Amino acid sequence: MAATITEMIFSRTCGKDVHAGDVMMVPVDGAMIHDITGPLAIRVFQQMGGKQVFDPERVIMLFDHQVPADSIPAAENQAYMRQFAREQGIHNYDLHEGVCHQVVMEKGRAGPGEIVVGTDSHTCTYGAAGAFATGIGSTDMGFVLRFGALYFRVPETIRIEVNGEFAPFVGAKDLILAITGDVGADGATYRALEFGGETIAALSMAGRMTCCNMAIEMGAKAGIVPPDALTWKYMEERRAVSPFRLMSDADAEFCEVREYDATDLVPKVAVPHNVDHVVDVTEVAGTHVDQVFIGSCTNGRYEDFLDAAEVLGDRSFSPDVRVIMIPASREEYLKVLRAGLIERFVEAGALLEAPCCGPCMGGSFGLLAPGEVSLSTSNRNFRGRQGSTGAEVYLSSPATAAASAIAGEICDPREVG
Amino acid sequence: MRVWKFGDDIDTDAIIPGRFLTIYDPDELARHVFEGTRDEFAAQAAPGDVIVAGRNFGCGSSREHAPLALKGAGIDMVIARSFARIFYRNAINTGLLPLICEEADTIEEGSEVCVDLEEGVIEATGRRCSIEPVPGFFREIADAGGLVAWARTLEEVELCTGSRS
Repeated sequence: MAATITEMIFSRTCGKDVHAGDVMMVPVDGAMIHDITGPLAIRVFQQMGGKQVFDPERVIMLFDHQVPADSIPAAENQAYMRQFAREQGIHNYDLHEGVCHQVVMEKGRAGPGEIVVGTDSHTCTYGAAGAFATGIGSTDMGFVLRFGALYFRVPETIRIEVNGEFAPFVGAKDLILAITGDVGADGATYRALEFGGETIAALSMAGRMTCCNMAIEMGAKAGIVPPDALTWKYMEERRAVSPFRLMSDADAEFCEVREYDATDLVPKVAVPHNVDHVVDVTEVAGTHVDQVFIGSCTNGRYEDFLDAAEVLGDRSFSPDVRVIMIPASREEYLKVLRAGLIERFVEAGALLEAPCCGPCMGGSFGLLAPGEVSLSTSNRNFRGRQGSTGAEVYLSSPATAAASAIAGEICDPREVG
Repeated sequence: MRVWKFGDDIDTDAIIPGRFLTIYDPDELARHVFEGTRDEFAAQAAPGDVIVAGRNFGCGSSREHAPLALKGAGIDMVIARSFARIFYRNAINTGLLPLICEEADTIEEGSEVCVDLEEGVIEATGRRCSIEPVPGFFREIADAGGLVAWARTLEEVELCTGSRS
């Protein structure tokens, strides 16, 4: 029987044919916990009678939401988790490496055909590596730490087919915002989103991560890009792998197929306070911004800062805008640094922070006052997401964010660049 | 059971804002539930009150602080037209009952509701609305009072056997 890539991954793991709609206890290949949701997962693991995690090699922890610890309770949570990692022999990247999803990807902790869970909704990012990856709560994670498995319902799949070349200053973030606007905030609930077509094939790993990252904003359980030569090369640079064929059968059953032509796409912006309220940048151009944030697991990679630098050129950012830039990991930070971009951004007036979630977390730093407006390359613009519930958050690509930071108002990057 | 009515796409940042995520105690979280978006809720919600919402309740973050904050405020069940996936599972796992009711929009703010889980109906504002049954594998966990209680007696799990939904 023909299968989607998601059905294939579950079939491969279970050693038998499974199909969308099957509910079963499935072993996981990897598990990630961080500073916000980790302490509760550990407590649940212990309440379930856990003494030793199922396989310390398959569990990682790191801190990214409140780093360096921004309060005594945050410091206590991190100390508690460090102690657990030491006792259990779990690999703890601590606060040294960066934002969880970027780190899992660049350390090769999620690979094609694997089932990976994390206590963070944007765990779906690892679909860029051809993994079936999904965000879970702390109690589910306590169960995973104890038993190495979790109940899964194998999801139906929505296939997103994208062809054509992006116009200048248009890219993966504009595409995924456009898709989110069409599918809606709950249009993919309990489903997997599979991305394919020549545009996706031409995307860098960074662009694929941007797309998979935002699958959850449509309610999806996972986003996935079938592994190709680029994926296997990315994996080979990180760990020993043996490439194998993994893609949906030509006659696989999708519950929905959506087609996009990238050629027609223009820069997009999600307006307050829903991620699926998506408009062309021209519709909101001129909106005053107080803060611009370029970073996060959605758009905190070297390519994103390169896009911003290309728009910036030798200009300066508006003195009326607080420009906060945060590369998503130490590795990405070094790439940005070695390319000379950090010097350029600092000269232009930006604040460069060490790898972490930053303002996207909405509880650590870079918070907004009532009445303030932020334009952010992150993934959520919910009311109060970046501080006061009286503030507004818009979402865009790094190119649009950079153009807006220069202008002091939301600005079409095609006009500045 | 007094109804607290909410709209569509109530996200977990609204239920419990990011700045309170170092807290794990349900009672303490309950002091900040809906802070900034519906401030009177924390002060006035009484044990046994019910949340009735539209589509996609609990969208956003995987933070289990959201169902815990609601439980701390005395809420035992949320009735909505639909739920976001992670919140739905977190609710079941922590003993907060998520009930899907296609006609949730017809239930009025402040009304009294009566929920009959056996019959699968809600009576509110003089109307009877049907609720979808909780799927089998979730019902077992909900009946146990949550995933911890369900899992505590397990020594190991049987892999890759299951059912169809």
